[in-house]
Formats: sequence, structure tokens, C-alpha cells
Amino acid sequence: MKDEVRILTPNGILGYGIPEADFWRGVDRQPDAIIVDGGSTDPGPYLLGLPKTIVSREAYLRDLSLMLDACANRKIPVYISSAGGAGIRDQVDLMVDLIREIAKREGYRFKIAKIYADIDAQTVRKAWQDGLVSPCGSAPPLREEDIDLSTHIVAQMGAEPFVKVLREHPDVDIIVSGRAYDPAPFAALCMMHGIEPGIYWHMGKIVECGANCAEPKGKVILTTVRKDSFDLEPMSLSERCTPASVAAHTLYEKSRPDLLTGPGGTIDLRESRYEQISERAVRVRGSRFIPAKDYTVKIEGAGVVGMRTIFIGGIRDPILIGQIDDYLCRVKKAAFDTYPELRSGQAQIVFHVYGMNGVMGDFEPLVDAVPHEIGLLGEVTAPTQELANAICSSVRIDVLHMAYEGQLATAGNFAIPLNPPENPIGPVCKFTIYHLMKVDSAEALFPIEIVEA
Amino acid sequence: MGNNQATPARTLRQLAKVVRSKNSGPFEITFDVIFDSDEVYEKVKASGVLDESLICRLYGITREDIVTLMFFDPARAFKLTLKRGWQQGTVGERDTFGAQQHAPLLTVEIPGI
Repeated sequence: MKDEVRILTPNGILGYGIPEADFWRGVDRQPDAIIVDGGSTDPGPYLLGLPKTIVSREAYLRDLSLMLDACANRKIPVYISSAGGAGIRDQVDLMVDLIREIAKREGYRFKIAKIYADIDAQTVRKAWQDGLVSPCGSAPPLREEDIDLSTHIVAQMGAEPFVKVLREHPDVDIIVSGRAYDPAPFAALCMMHGIEPGIYWHMGKIVECGANCAEPKGKVILTTVRKDSFDLEPMSLSERCTPASVAAHTLYEKSRPDLLTGPGGTIDLRESRYEQISERAVRVRGSRFIPAKDYTVKIEGAGVVGMRTIFIGGIRDPILIGQIDDYLCRVKKAAFDTYPELRSGQAQIVFHVYGMNGVMGDFEPLVDAVPHEIGLLGEVTAPTQELANAICSSVRIDVLHMAYEGQLATAGNFAIPLNPPENPIGPVCKFTIYHLMKVDSAEALFPIEIVEA
Repeated sequence: MGNNQATPARTLRQLAKVVRSKNSGPFEITFDVIFDSDEVYEKVKASGVLDESLICRLYGITREDIVTLMFFDPARAFKLTLKRGWQQGTVGERDTFGAQQHAPLLTVEIPGI
């Protein structure tokens, strides 16, 4: 048990690049661990549905090389959570392969713990049938067909699987986990040192984003955590944390800034106090943790809903722009009359009318504005790429040539920049599952394997 | 923008340090309006302009679509979270990161500042 725990976080997402001088400035402060999160749902469902990693292999190798240098030569453990972005098994294994590649090249030797987060559809279906699954936030209720559609399902682990590794394998150099609640590895290290839960969860919530809480926003941050407070200090000398910048960070990408719910309970920031303790550092205290009655994990699933073909172009004719909504309705109707897959709902057409409401759709308050030019993105999704191509081609030809009231320009309605004019762009995914699942054990879903590199 | 001498008003674009929107998970969009002085923040908060009926009008939604609407003093911030209305990153997506839904807030007028 230590009175103070220091954690260095090199950036908000593994692979986004680490400023080297700031990193080594942090390493020189002798942190107890280097912890970085690798995941996000923010880029959309394709990471989990296809799946893809959030950055390239080269980007991972670059960031990992720096962290493994500190791990091997300064003996600082490295924890990586939500490996690869979606945190599926293949992405955990990829991260360990990359670590092995670097270790072999540099002559390092590491003991690595892998924690997997994949769940099979049958487990989710059983929990759903037993009434243990509920929507997370504003997600819709779970449907059985969404479970079936999921190509991958993961659960966000809390701190417990990391704690299990730290207790049972205290000599591991590196932990690579699948999907995890972002603050979980930060919390786990602090749990080993008698720190209060409100303190370590709040700290983890801030520090998992790197130096995002600094002004200007940065990457590398060092936190010093003790029983009832934590300090935040960005490692770039041109950034500083202030009470306002740190408090403002708790707004970012969160439904509300004062009560943050995660596995095992809710972080209550209503009594948090922020104090400037030096030119560039802030101390936080007063944050509390309210344990939940039932332990839930967030489960995430994604799958492929179809193949997409698009066209893009512009309209400059004011006579057509003046009746564009009606015109596009007629174009759509012609396609529906031709393709039964549109009528049955197996295929979809969506128009994005830039200059009118292409960005905000139904949220757009300026409904009467008439621009001098509009951009049109036509999006067709169908069960096969061939069908998407066929429908998209028909629709694009109609947009180019369909007659309209008062038409003077009888040679063509649509300015097309690309050739060929329609472009197949492959699979479209969706989040099939974004739910909370009640579990008896915070560890049982997340198997641990110990390997050497 | 409707200013007159009897009731001077300034817009959030003039008053705020940050006006932004972003996803909060795949099914919600959250908005932050952050001020850099206590004086301006307190006046905006006390004006009562930023309420449910204004938000419903601006975004063409009903009260059920509002997940959070509150002020957060430690950050001198107004916080708003809406149901997304459409799912993130799938067929028909317009704003994958939810990063461009804040614009209607910029022209909101706060009287008496």
C-alpha cells in the first residue's frame, strides 16, 4: 500500500500519437503505471461490426514502442484497455502480437495479462429472456433479431478483472484488456492502495482522456492520487489545468456532468471541489461514489445491415430548388414503384440535401430558407451491393432527368462531379445492442490469460 | 437580431466561451455552453431563457426528447442532452459525431446583458 499513486497517461486513445518530450517528462516523475485507453463508440458501429481498429498498425507500433521502452527500461507497468477500439478478442490478440514484435526487435522480455471481453449471443439471449437486460440511456429496447444480427458483442468490464490480475499476478509487466469502462484500469490500481472510490473513479473519468482537461487541450497528463484527493498536471509546459478547465471536462460527451453511472455504481460530483495548487496543476476532492444495488455491465453489439451505394452532386437551377422537396419525393416514388425491395423495407433510399437541412434534418429550425445552390448526397442501402448499385443508378438517372413544373433546363437537372457517377462503398453497420446487463459476478464474463513476450 | 434600446440583448455567440455539441453514446447528443466569467454565467442562468420550451422550439422536439437540461456551476456551464432522433453511424446518418448540432443555440438572445 502506498500513500500516493502516480499514473501517467500518454494520450486519450492509444494510437493517436504521443509527444515524446512530454512523455519522458512524465516518466521521470516515476509513475506507478502508464495507463491508456484504446476504445470508443464515437466513430460509429463499424469498428465493432466489421470489425476495424481505430488507427493503423503503424500508429499502434509508434505509440507502443515508446511505452514499451519505459516499461522495459524504467520498470513501469503498462495497462492498455479496450484494445484496438472495439475491444474484441482479435484486437486484444493483435495488440499483444504488436507488443511481441517490438519486444523481439528490442530484446525486451515481458509478462503480459490478457483480459477478454467478448460475450456470445447465447449468453445475451438467455439474460434477455430472464429480464436482466435493459436499454442503456436512450437506446431502444432490445429485440431478438438485433441479437441475431450482431457480428460481435462485447461487455464493458469494470475494475474487478484488472484487480484480479493485480492480486493474482502482481509481477505482470503489461495488461491488455478487451472492452472496458474507460476509467476501470485507473480505478483498479488505486483500489490496491486504499484510495476512496469517489476519488479514483472521478480521476479515471478525467485522466482516461489524457490532457483533454487542460487549457489548451493536450495529450500527456500525470495524476497523483491519495486517499481523499487527486492532482492533475499536464506534461506539456505550454498547457495548464485550471479549476474551470477540469470542471468543464466532466461535461464532455456525457449526458450530465454531476452524476456519472458506470459498472457498480454512480460517481457523484455534486460536492467536488477544484483548487489551483500550482501554476499548472489542480487538486480535486469531495467526489463520492454511490454503489448500485445490482451490478450491471454495459454490453455493445454491432452488425451489418446492408451494402451501400452513393451518388453526389449539386443543383443550381432556382426553379428546381424552389420545389426540391416535392421533386425528391417524386424521384423516391418512381424508385419505389420499380423496386419491390424498397416497398418491403429491405432496401432504403435517403437523400441528404446540403444547403437545406443536410446537417440537422428534423432538428433544423431554418425551414423556410431558400439557398441559391444545394448539394445532394443520395444514399441507397440494400441486402446486396448489386441491388444497391441498381437502385442507386435508377435514382441518380431520375434526379438527372425527371421533369418538373416550370422546367426551362430540359437537358439535365443535376451537376455531377464524380465519374462514374454512382459509387459502391460497401457494408453499413448499426449498433444492435447498447444495453445494461445484470450480472452476478463482475469477473466471470472476462477470462484472463497470462502470456510471455 | 431584434435588439432595441428598451431591452438590450446579446446572443450566446457573443456571451459564451464554448458552444458545442457531441455524441453522448450512440443514442444521445449533448450540448455544452460554457462561460468564462461568473457574472455573465449568473446573468444567463438568472434570465431563464434557456428552458425546455425554448429548446423544444429550436430543435422541433417535445419535452420527452430532452434527457438533461441543467446548469452546472463548477464549470459555469449550461448542459443539455437530447435523444438523438436517429441512430448513430448507420443508414441515413447525417452527423456521426454529433458535432454540428449546436448552431441554433448561437443566435439565442439573452436580454439585459
